[in-house]
Amino acid sequence: MTAAPEQVDVLGVAREQVLERGVGLSEEQVLAVLSLDDDRIPELLELAHQVRMRWCGPEVEVEGIVSLKTGGCPEDCHFCSQSGQFPSPVRSAWLDIPGLVRAARQTRDTGATEFCIVAAVRGPDKRLLSQVRDGIKAIREDGNDIQIACSLGMLTQEQVDELVEMGVHRYNHNLETARSHFPNVVTTHSWEERWDTLKMVREAGMEVCCGGIIGMGETLEQRAEFAVQLAALEPDEVPLNFLIPNPGTPYENYPVVEGTEALKTVGAFRLALPRTILRFAGGRELTFGDLGAKQGMLGGVNAIIVGNYLTNLGRPAQEDLDMLEELSMPIKELSKTL
Amino acid sequence: MTAVYCGYCGKGLEEVDHAACTKRLRVIDPPRFCSACARRMVVQVTPSGWTATCSRHGEISSSA
Ligand code: SF4
Ligand SMILES: [Zn+2]
Ligand SMILES: [Zn+2]
Repeated sequence: MTAAPEQVDVLGVAREQVLERGVGLSEEQVLAVLSLDDDRIPELLELAHQVRMRWCGPEVEVEGIVSLKTGGCPEDCHFCSQSGQFPSPVRSAWLDIPGLVRAARQTRDTGATEFCIVAAVRGPDKRLLSQVRDGIKAIREDGNDIQIACSLGMLTQEQVDELVEMGVHRYNHNLETARSHFPNVVTTHSWEERWDTLKMVREAGMEVCCGGIIGMGETLEQRAEFAVQLAALEPDEVPLNFLIPNPGTPYENYPVVEGTEALKTVGAFRLALPRTILRFAGGRELTFGDLGAKQGMLGGVNAIIVGNYLTNLGRPAQEDLDMLEELSMPIKELSKTL
Repeated sequence: MTAVYCGYCGKGLEEVDHAACTKRLRVIDPPRFCSACARRMVVQVTPSGWTATCSRHGEISSSA
């Protein structure tokens, strides 16, 4: 009888490497975490939570998000109900400035510090940028001091400079998935083009918000690859979405990511990105039901979108705010983010 | 206005099983199809609600 070869326990290693020294896990280590047996999940989440508390603190960043321009996008991101290339039921719509101001006010009223203006485009044109400029001005004239983020697709250097000048403090642009998987998900532009926009955003001094979607047919290896590719970017914030299989899109029949798998992903991403704001974004309602929000918040997540998303609905904001209170997690204040 | 069509998939309520549609509408989706005529509606989601407009039958919203 031969004894099983002694395995190095990745959570033991992570305790010393990530929790004590703040060094994120390598690709191999992330893969080991993603491959853990389900009965190790509580231990993983507890460690991820400790890492978040140690390197980020107890505060939770609360954010709201609104779609300024919905649908009709020329790109073909296979998960997206807003692509004009698929027979999705989502029709094009523009939000007017009063609607944008109202949405920003509703968001601020929840205690949120961040309001993200999103448009379904390859990149902004003059009309969109002038709408954003007018919108930001109107939000400020409404006496709303919430920080404004934008997500308007790929940018030129000129457009980056223009957004900085408008006072946009953070830019969201997701790499969506591992570099090796991206060509299966999007064919109308490349991962590298997205990366180039992110670099310009960073160099211009805006905060970088960059994440992706889990459950688009990627392997566990590619999930691990994605986690370390994100870590290499050193983003200020990472929104973690779980695929919502939307009708009419090529992924409409993909299964929803299972709760256990999603929790392992949350924990693994926190261990790869100890200092980043890790945000629960779309899909948590389908993947976890009502319980999951809490499990995630106790498993490394420290930011949350309150209220609805762009084309999908979230839980009522108050439910999430009540949950944060119950967990004794203070909402990050505006002054502390400046 | 009596609902004849499913707001999620746009098919007749009597035509197919809409259990999955009902779940989506309950958890994460605003209606996309007019329940009276099955036209695709223009839907605007905001942080605290949604409105959906049919070119023939007008606007409905989360608050109504
Ligand atoms: S670029 Fe954005 S809006 Fe357009 S299809 Fe891709 S994800 Fe959707
Ligand atoms: Zn239906
Ligand atoms: Zn109608």
